[in-house]
Amino acid sequence: MEFGPNLIIALIEGSVQAAVLTLIAVGLSLVFGVMRVVNVAHGEFFMLGAVLAWAVASFVGGHPAVSFILALIIAPLLVGILAAAADILILKRINYDPENTIVATIGILYIIQQMTLITYGPDARPVEPPFNHRFSIPWFEYTEQGYSMYWPWGLGTTSYKLFVVAAAVAVIVLLWLAISRTKAGLMMRATQLDRDMAQSFGIPVDRVNAIVFGVGAALAALGAVLIVPIQQAHYLMGGEPLLLAFIVVIIGGLGSLPGTIVAAVFIGLSDGIISIFFAPTLAKILSTLLVAFVLIFRPQGLFGKAVR
Amino acid sequence: MRAGENRVWLLHIAVVLVILALHFVLPPYHHGILARVMVLAILAMGYNFAFGYTGLLSLGHALFFGAGMYAMGLGITGLGLSPGIAVLFAIVCSVLVSAIIGSLALRTAGVSLMIVTLMFAQAGWYLILYFGEITRGDEGFVIPQAQRLVAGIDLADSNNRYLIALILFAIVLFTTLKLVRSSFGKALVAIRENEERAKMLGYNVFAYKLGAIIVSGTISGLAGAAYGLLFGYVGATFASVQYSILPLLWVLLGGASTILGPFVGTLFMTYLIDISSEFTEAYLLVAGVILVLLTLFARQGIVGEVKKRFAPWLP
Repeated sequence: MEFGPNLIIALIEGSVQAAVLTLIAVGLSLVFGVMRVVNVAHGEFFMLGAVLAWAVASFVGGHPAVSFILALIIAPLLVGILAAAADILILKRINYDPENTIVATIGILYIIQQMTLITYGPDARPVEPPFNHRFSIPWFEYTEQGYSMYWPWGLGTTSYKLFVVAAAVAVIVLLWLAISRTKAGLMMRATQLDRDMAQSFGIPVDRVNAIVFGVGAALAALGAVLIVPIQQAHYLMGGEPLLLAFIVVIIGGLGSLPGTIVAAVFIGLSDGIISIFFAPTLAKILSTLLVAFVLIFRPQGLFGKAVR
Repeated sequence: MRAGENRVWLLHIAVVLVILALHFVLPPYHHGILARVMVLAILAMGYNFAFGYTGLLSLGHALFFGAGMYAMGLGITGLGLSPGIAVLFAIVCSVLVSAIIGSLALRTAGVSLMIVTLMFAQAGWYLILYFGEITRGDEGFVIPQAQRLVAGIDLADSNNRYLIALILFAIVLFTTLKLVRSSFGKALVAIRENEERAKMLGYNVFAYKLGAIIVSGTISGLAGAAYGLLFGYVGATFASVQYSILPLLWVLLGGASTILGPFVGTLFMTYLIDISSEFTEAYLLVAGVILVLLTLFARQGIVGEVKKRFAPWLP
């Protein structure tokens, strides 16, 4: 294929990546923004979402659409409850001390990952998409007879991939509305701004923390349910999205939701494009170094404004 | 004071002598494990110097461990250096790498420092994978036995391996003991406890922290070089994030900012994983549970608890 069609493919694959990455990173960013907690176990909540989607699909059976809708509800809910429990049982007890929290979430990471290995096993398992129509995309080329349209081999996508992008956009819009328009969102923002002041105004800060931690994990699980028909569920799948989400959250500015979304689209697309035209490893080297240098020289993030 | 000083040195000399005595009595299996534990404890001691004594939470020590290991390994197989020179080469490389990483990463602190070190280490790991033609990537490469002769001593022999691991372990143990009791080490603890105050007292905090990272990174690099040389294998796994998390785990378990803690933690953890891997392939579950329990109930670690309850004089 030539450059043009290749670029289109890269853009489509990149936007699917970017959509799911946005969900994961927004979850991570939300938790950091409100609770000041760096959740190293975030990738494992993503992985649990994928494994639960597989479990629902194989337990329910029937048409893949039925189990897909069930998984969309059950997986984020269960993962959210598990995360909230981890917050209450572990993180709250160590008073969210930054360094201890990192150590504790590393521990939670291993516990979730290894428990999955024991129960689910080491295999990668596919989940059938609820619908999957392939269609090709035409391409225009200048020939001797002027412009002509043709369908290059391999240039195409599936309806499900487009659905993933649309679903992620819808979830982000809903989340945005929930944060900016509802009372719960107001409580959350108050906690984010000043925890002690919020507490003295009668906001149950402990409960807000548990819910935010749960919602953050549920967003990652939701992203996993969406992506698992394209990828596969595997107990080690949490590592890479965690790293990418970290990169996104830092480049977008720690704790800033708009910055996170912009950065997720930017990183998701550029990762897709660089991976198609260059070696994927090179893309990883560049993006990890970018993060390190952003944190060193521009700690508010590339898109964030200076705070404090 | 004088008596206390003697007590400290006697204790650590006794530990080294006990390990030496074990050389003659341990069955081969445990003999092999202890040799490995000693080399990994060097990594943990290096990590402890930055994390325990200076309060710098790094998640990037796999980079230093890997740098030392690859500098040694590629020095032998690629540049044709003799093992002794290759280890010196690895030390020089570790000093350079830790000086560069330190001078960049130390512009940040706390959580940012952890993420920056993690990112540099990941970049290093990806670099090893990217240059797979030279480094053999994930697969790694073996250092042939013929190239593991130092002054006629065959490092592939398990007895020699144990004794050389013990010598290196003892050197690092006494060096760190000396360092943390020097004015340099005391300044590091002062910075950990209250950086602003140390600054106000006129200490160049950045220079001290950089010094701590260089010492820490160099010791970790030496551990990497020793591991590769003694066990004859160099691979990308040793530069992966797992080898940044493990030293943190060992140090926390044994007791941060104690001299014997890293060794005790490495020993306990190695045996815990060894025992649990007989029952399940999910042996890292033990690591996870211990990390969580440590943060919840035993913030001081094993040696730290002993120090707190019975022996406040432990360094």
